[in-house]
Amino acid sequence: MIKPVIVPAMVILLFSVSFISIPGMNYAESRQKADTLNWPASFGLGRAATVKEIALLDTDVRPDGKGLPEGAGVSARGKLVYAEKCSGCHGATGVEGPNDQLVVNKTLTDPKAIARHKTIGNYWPYATTVFDYIKRAMPFNQPGSLTDQEVYDLTAFLLHENGLIKPEQVINAKTLPEVVMPAHDLFVPDDRKDGPEVR
Amino acid sequence: MNNDTEHKSSLPERKISRRALLGGAATAAVVLVQTASGKSFQTGLARAELPLIEDPTKVPGVPPGTLGTRSPFEKPVKAPSDISSRTPLQDLFGTITPSDLHFERNHNGVPAIDPAKYELVIHGMVKKPMVFTLAELKRFPSVSRIAFLECSGNYRGAADGKITPQQICGLTSQSEWTGVKLSTLFREVGIDPKASWFLAEGGDAAVMTRSVPIEKGWEDAIIAYAQNGEAIRPEQGYPVRLFLPGWEGNINVKWLRRLEIADQPFQTRQETSKYTEAIGGGKIRQFSFTIDARSVITYPSFPGKVEKGWIEIRGIAWSGRGKVVRVEVSTDAGKSWFPAALQDPVLDKAHTAFRYLWKWDGQSTEILSRTVDETGYTQPFLKELMAARGGNMGYHFNPVTAWHIQPDGQVLFKAT
Repeated sequence: MIKPVIVPAMVILLFSVSFISIPGMNYAESRQKADTLNWPASFGLGRAATVKEIALLDTDVRPDGKGLPEGAGVSARGKLVYAEKCSGCHGATGVEGPNDQLVVNKTLTDPKAIARHKTIGNYWPYATTVFDYIKRAMPFNQPGSLTDQEVYDLTAFLLHENGLIKPEQVINAKTLPEVVMPAHDLFVPDDRKDGPEVR
Repeated sequence: MNNDTEHKSSLPERKISRRALLGGAATAAVVLVQTASGKSFQTGLARAELPLIEDPTKVPGVPPGTLGTRSPFEKPVKAPSDISSRTPLQDLFGTITPSDLHFERNHNGVPAIDPAKYELVIHGMVKKPMVFTLAELKRFPSVSRIAFLECSGNYRGAADGKITPQQICGLTSQSEWTGVKLSTLFREVGIDPKASWFLAEGGDAAVMTRSVPIEKGWEDAIIAYAQNGEAIRPEQGYPVRLFLPGWEGNINVKWLRRLEIADQPFQTRQETSKYTEAIGGGKIRQFSFTIDARSVITYPSFPGKVEKGWIEIRGIAWSGRGKVVRVEVSTDAGKSWFPAALQDPVLDKAHTAFRYLWKWDGQSTEILSRTVDETGYTQPFLKELMAARGGNMGYHFNPVTAWHIQPDGQVLFKAT
């Protein structure tokens, strides 16, 4: 018995809201703003994230080294991990493929081949990205399976193979961000903009 | 006895077990058949068995079903490689890409994600680090938007001209995306005013990551859970993806699981050694998010053939910087250009259909299209674009493409 009374009242209310215009705004503006005007400060949806669950997901490493875990790696150990878990896709020395080349191929002479060649030694602007990416996505057929120790060792090995560090150099949270990458200064932010210029 | 009477008379005798009916559900149509006594009952008829009936007005058709089907006469397919799959632009009409024909680019396959276990974590430079379930995301105020999505590596040519629109630039598609505005979630977690970037991370086997300027998050980013009226397809990021209108495909992170708010870009592999392009002078362009204006003629095109007479040249044009304001078509190899008709509504950052009526006289010629967007940018020729980038090709390559119409009506791609 109550329902028939309430339903028409709600219909009237909806209609009246949709036709109210906001003072000082044209119709289009008021239509847009009306969308958020009556929003609460919070919708009360979702829950607080715990420190523990964030830590499980948050493995990213920034150029300043923030996010790098404890531990240290060296090239000699990385060479063994590479041979076992990486060489099948990237080749015995990181230049043979069949998948992405990781190590600068010094034997290339064709300028086009050199230009296409995007290895850690000539095209990666930050050494920290090597750690982040191996840990996150490699090996391709068993992503996320490597220990931090293996990732540090592999990072050291690949940096050494590219001639960027000495063989005995220890790679850790402090030394990795300090590795000078040859490609660092080649990168420029997007220089295109709205308008007629073709860039 | 002709085919259709044979079909009718044989059906009532057909005995189909319940198991066969259920087991064949994916390929079978359930048909209501009436016996001589007028009693209706159901029987199963595999779609493959559906005979081509000479006169469909003389045989009852297939009754309503639980899912629509594509006509068995229509077989549009995507063109897959190991890492992507291309939309058959030449087989489509209008501007909405059927969801199952939307292009794909994955960085380690399509993950299977249980929507009941799905969570989006937002943390970093926020007042309240929070977790949202899929059901909660759907309860927030929603927004829908029709817009294109294009991979930045969307150009190919072929020296012999034997290449379809799908192969040239089939890594662009258009959908109506629905979700919650990212700004709504930003408000909910309380973004630190000093924040300038956020990391978007996928829950796929590549754990895909891209850094996004925070302004884009406030401006028009959508945390999308629906595509063309239904849940997003797994290939497009089920159950939730980031959608950044007008920006290169890979930054629209699929299977989105985490957003980390920060005051600098993270310099992930994808935004450093992958989706960047050489621009001459030894420089490499990074964070080139916006898709420049582009058009392509989808009809006529290879491998089609044309006949003398009236041809409606058709295609699509789009820009990541706003609306398409003009498409010009040339039918004399670029000597003269005429405005094509644009199909309303012309939407912001959306595929826009164009058409131009042309009478072909049977002579060899080239037809081309170029578009101008609302910022005044004109789609460049290939040579012009390469010159602007120090002779390089690479990502964000959007040249005018030509179709060479041969005297025998064959249509071949030609670079400009």
